[in-house]
Amino acid sequence: MLTKQEVEHIAKLARLELSQSEVKKIQKELSSILDYIDQLKKAAISGVQPTSHSIFIENVMREDKLIARKLESKRKLIEKFPAAKEGYLKTKSIL
Amino acid sequence: MKLYELTIAKAHRGLKKKEFSCLELTKSFLDRISNLDKKIFSFLTITPDIALSQAKKIDDWILQKREIPLLAGIPLAIKDNILVEGVRCTAASKILENYIAPYDATVVKRLKKLGVVILGKTNLDEFAMGSSTENSAYKVTHNPHDLNYIPGGSSGGSAAALTSNFCIFSLGSDTGGSIRQPASFCGVVGLKPTYGAVSRYGLISMASSLDQIGLITKTVEDTKIVFGAIKGKDSLDSTSVESKIRNQPYGESRATAKFEIRNCKVGVPKEYFIEGMDPAVEKIIKNSIKKFEDLGIKIKEISLPHTKYALAAYYIIMPSEVSANLARYDGIKYGFSKKKAQSLLNVYLESRGEGFGEEVRRRIMLGTYALSAGYYEAYYLRAQKVRTLIQEDFKKAFQKIDLILTPVSPTPAFKIGEKITDPLKMYLSDVFTIAVNLAGLPALSLPVGKVSNLPVGLQIIARPFEEDKIFEIGQMFEQI
Repeated sequence: MLTKQEVEHIAKLARLELSQSEVKKIQKELSSILDYIDQLKKAAISGVQPTSHSIFIENVMREDKLIARKLESKRKLIEKFPAAKEGYLKTKSIL
Repeated sequence: MKLYELTIAKAHRGLKKKEFSCLELTKSFLDRISNLDKKIFSFLTITPDIALSQAKKIDDWILQKREIPLLAGIPLAIKDNILVEGVRCTAASKILENYIAPYDATVVKRLKKLGVVILGKTNLDEFAMGSSTENSAYKVTHNPHDLNYIPGGSSGGSAAALTSNFCIFSLGSDTGGSIRQPASFCGVVGLKPTYGAVSRYGLISMASSLDQIGLITKTVEDTKIVFGAIKGKDSLDSTSVESKIRNQPYGESRATAKFEIRNCKVGVPKEYFIEGMDPAVEKIIKNSIKKFEDLGIKIKEISLPHTKYALAAYYIIMPSEVSANLARYDGIKYGFSKKKAQSLLNVYLESRGEGFGEEVRRRIMLGTYALSAGYYEAYYLRAQKVRTLIQEDFKKAFQKIDLILTPVSPTPAFKIGEKITDPLKMYLSDVFTIAVNLAGLPALSLPVGKVSNLPVGLQIIARPFEEDKIFEIGQMFEQI
């Protein structure tokens, strides 16, 4: 079973605020899912290569030059900022 | 036959022969949605203005005697995790409640070019995470065959909307069974194409190595038409590929096809008939396989020995990718933001803590744990190796056979509320669909029977990029 501290540590890494009752619930739920996942230990994997994609993936390159975009698409993105100042994204200060 | 009951091919003929206008066709669906969706809850957003103005445009094309593509004027519904420019796209999450899509997904762009009529956006489990559509932050979709039951998920809105004749076809996405399982539970045809066959650009990412856009239709013929329209390489999705195998274009005589379905060998894996499976479902699946045998198709029992590990490997790989993909929802760039938070860290914590629903938080936690220091090898790397074993099982099997038949799900649809409190139990309802995503194969759910009033689907799996074989055998079954 995962400890309360472990769950709180993962929640912090994941940047998720959880209530105390939720920490307890997730402790139980994650533990039972991890118990189920434990059966992977029985699979014979020595010498087996890992698969990240089912098909062969190649990097796609393009020339390193500026591509002109429409002002309209820029406006659409800026409109979605929760906070903006003079067309720039605004966040809380960190210092 | 009512206008809203037509298939794509039939609606196209009717439009061309001017038996009805596109406006009449579109209105028949919009009326049905406004009268009946209050019982089904399949739509999150309805777009009548877009639909009606597009319908008028198609009527003009027809009036001008322009040659119209097969999909011109065909009304469809789109899962609300696929972007349509200018239309709200929520992924059924509170974190994207007011998000207006700034561009079209590639599939939407391709379909728009052919003149389709977009009716609206359909409900799903939040960020496509779930098997019942109960994880939507907005509403629970009901199964049109019995309103006390779930429609399946996560593309439950798309499957229920099609089954209710709210559209002629619908788009969905499938990461672990999210098109095939709801298609099976609703008794319609659902295709998950080969990984890479259809561009994912403009699909809200969940687990990028598994996600695939696909479709839900009334017939296999319709599936063939829509798949032909959306497949192909896209420079905006580096994982999309142009198939080296030429899928037969719609309309080409089947007699000219190289592949002769009667000579095809079909495998039935013994690992897909497990203890705990609903005996009535097993009987329907076995009867449908028998029907293929009666048509002269050779059926052979095969073994996919690593099947038992698929679900466990999936529940490491998928949440790991989820935890990385969903890091972008930070309350800073777009979407829900807790502006009153004290500090930057609290903006992250509170926006995500409040904006994401329970299942999404659970999967982010699981994925973060699996990828965290000290656990990577024990979980993620091990799961990726097991993924190789699962893929090799299929490769070996496909050396001797052309297609694989299995059930889509061990049970028919379950009751609303039945599994929602037990995440592991919910995950197990995808036990037969997940291996296909891990191996990147194409698979289709074909309705083959009912247990009382609840439909049951047969899963047809093919080699990568051999969707055509699935269509051939599927159409053959429909013609029995």
